[in-house]
Amino acid sequence: MNDSFLILHNGNMADIGLLPQWPLDEFTRRVLAQVQEGARIASFFGCPRPNGAVLLIMVLADDDRGVFKLASVEVKERFASLTPQVPQAHWFEREIAEQFHICPEGHPWLKPIRFQEENSRIGVTNFFRVEGSEIHEVAVGPVHAGIIEPGHFRFQCNGENVLHLEISLGYQHRGIEQAMAGSPLKRSLHYVQTAAGDTTIGHTLAYCQLLEALGRCHVPARAHVLRGIALELERLANHTGDLGALAGDIGYLPTASFCGRIRGDFLNLTAMLCGNRFGRNFVRPGGTMFDLDESMAPEFRARLDAAFKDVTNAADCLWQTPSVLSRFDGTGMLSKELCHQLGLVGPAARACGVDRDCRYDFAGGIFSFKQVPVATWDTCDVFGRAYVRWLEIQHSTALIRDLLEAIPAGSASAELAQPLANKIAVSVVEGWRGEICHTAITDAQGRIERCKIVDPSFHNWMGLAVAMRNQQISDFPLCNKSFNLSYCGHDL
Amino acid sequence: MINLKEIFQPLAAMLLAPLLFGIINRVKAFFAGRRGQPLLQSYYDLWKLLNKGAVYSTTTSWVFRASPVVCLAAVVIVACIIPLGARNVISFSGDFVLAVYLLGLMRFFMVIAALDTGSSFEGMGASREVQFSMLAEPALFIGLAVLARLTSSLSLAQAFSSVTPQVWASHCATLLLVAAAFVIILLAENARIPVDDPNTHLELTMIHEVMVLDNSGPDFAFIMYAAAIKLWLFSVLLVRVLLPVGSMPGWASVLVSITAVLLIAVLVGIVESCMARLRLIKVPHLLFSAAALAILALVFAFRD
Repeated sequence: MNDSFLILHNGNMADIGLLPQWPLDEFTRRVLAQVQEGARIASFFGCPRPNGAVLLIMVLADDDRGVFKLASVEVKERFASLTPQVPQAHWFEREIAEQFHICPEGHPWLKPIRFQEENSRIGVTNFFRVEGSEIHEVAVGPVHAGIIEPGHFRFQCNGENVLHLEISLGYQHRGIEQAMAGSPLKRSLHYVQTAAGDTTIGHTLAYCQLLEALGRCHVPARAHVLRGIALELERLANHTGDLGALAGDIGYLPTASFCGRIRGDFLNLTAMLCGNRFGRNFVRPGGTMFDLDESMAPEFRARLDAAFKDVTNAADCLWQTPSVLSRFDGTGMLSKELCHQLGLVGPAARACGVDRDCRYDFAGGIFSFKQVPVATWDTCDVFGRAYVRWLEIQHSTALIRDLLEAIPAGSASAELAQPLANKIAVSVVEGWRGEICHTAITDAQGRIERCKIVDPSFHNWMGLAVAMRNQQISDFPLCNKSFNLSYCGHDL
Repeated sequence: MINLKEIFQPLAAMLLAPLLFGIINRVKAFFAGRRGQPLLQSYYDLWKLLNKGAVYSTTTSWVFRASPVVCLAAVVIVACIIPLGARNVISFSGDFVLAVYLLGLMRFFMVIAALDTGSSFEGMGASREVQFSMLAEPALFIGLAVLARLTSSLSLAQAFSSVTPQVWASHCATLLLVAAAFVIILLAENARIPVDDPNTHLELTMIHEVMVLDNSGPDFAFIMYAAAIKLWLFSVLLVRVLLPVGSMPGWASVLVSITAVLLIAVLVGIVESCMARLRLIKVPHLLFSAAALAILALVFAFRD
């Protein structure tokens, strides 16, 4: 028996035999100790065993040392819940309970997160209720007024004041994880590209890193650079869209109307790379499917500069308008302490002053060679989340310009071997929403037996619910937009 | 025999009011770098809605069905009181009280119709509407009282006719304060930015729009039309305070007033293009300031 965690770097693999498997009480004790030292849960999932038991695998992220610590425990029917001590386990344990019918004992609010049972109706469940003659309940969704994905929000309000918000998702569950079993299949790449449609590059990149780790593939430098450009373009497009949407929610016309168009400019740059505005089929295991032609580079650069100039103007409008600032300041507060407890990732965490960025903490791919400043802000409110996006827009543009200066020669793709048998690998990518974590275990034939996808939204939905406490219900749309989480990325 | 001059204001209000929305939208489109919808879009929308059927929720009662009619009727009567020219159909001593309370009746029916649907959204909208109008109404009353004091007349037609360049010369500050208060009330009462966002799709943030979510077809057309006329009337109020058109010859004063009303729509469009909405909790502060301006004007008016 191993007595220490399995240490893995981003995009690396190890023999499954090296994964320590501890008794439950030791597992719990060691995980708690790690979390107290500052580790956070990147992924926590079940893997069914032939003997009917379930192997729970914990992937802890140690941001300071830049490594993942893995351990496992075999459980049948029930195990002691970590959630009372480690609130960030909340959602993961509910997922495990739903998928494998094992009970995390002591879980404070155990109910399905996706309603994936045959005969369960999505969203039909008991919601947390506040009693009292002055309390009213507001139910929003799953069908919304705007063109957005379905999700149900249940508010407990005292007048305009929100006491509690419960978020119920699952409407977009398609069974991606289940369909990924047995990969690499022809379809796997397409599934992963659509795990969250606005994060195509991010999710595909994480998945490709997995396969490259498992197949010991050496990705050419040119492909690393091109992937970096695509990933940052995705961030630029979405952050720009978010700034516009934030402005739209408060009825601030100039930025709202400009950003929609500028987002399109960034998407068109992605289309210039690969012919698809969302980067479908650009990233491939072993490299990229398309190359940036030398003759296209000057135009690419000119269009990037033009779009950046426009987004600078649009963003400056926001920061220079007092009515906008008074709307952003102090809305949707989420303390740094809560951010740590809930294990938030991405701009939402960085807006709480937490310097958590996979491009820095778990540098892989192009980020092993190029450093991007971690953009943080410490106001913990909507302004912080908006401003972090603006800072990242600047950093991403600078990085793309830098990368365009010297794209290494050579091929943009390498041959990929079949995954090795009986391995476990972890891969993370800092998508525009935050940390995307893919974990895979291969069987004796070198097929992926279990592929676990954690979208940043999976960590952050709880953050939105907590940020709404003691806020005005009329501020919910603004607050929601400042997180801008994915429904399908969560529901998979 | 009906005097054309008398019925001109209600006619102008009923014919031209939807144009104001068209102007506001075009101004906003201009600021956003878009071409924008046709100027007459509101008329097309009204026509479209009138040709549709209405859908009624089974939880609603006759109140919900009566509300659009009552709202439109009330606002049309107010259009007969607030004068564009020298006279109007209804004019008597103290008519401004009737005008303000008819607007109150309109609001009352809109609110109870919203409550009638039993929807939590509409309930929230109704609560907000009542809270804010409770603060806006005193400001409006005090502003009108200042006018009555300055011109020594209790009928709107007479009061506005007496706002001459001489009155402006001697009571410039007072009239400016009243006008400033009326600008705020105009934006608040007509659900414009910075108080409400007429274009938002977010039910949780709405005030006025959320109360009429359940209305459809001709009912919704009535409500939209009533809202347009209400905006027209508040613009007329503002114009008649700001411009001493009473001393001009009849038709000239009417033409100048109409032009000024359309310019106010442009102004509203510019405000909506340049600033964000207030946080809902701060809206009362804005309305308090309108009341404060009106009270200050009242103090000035009584000192003279």
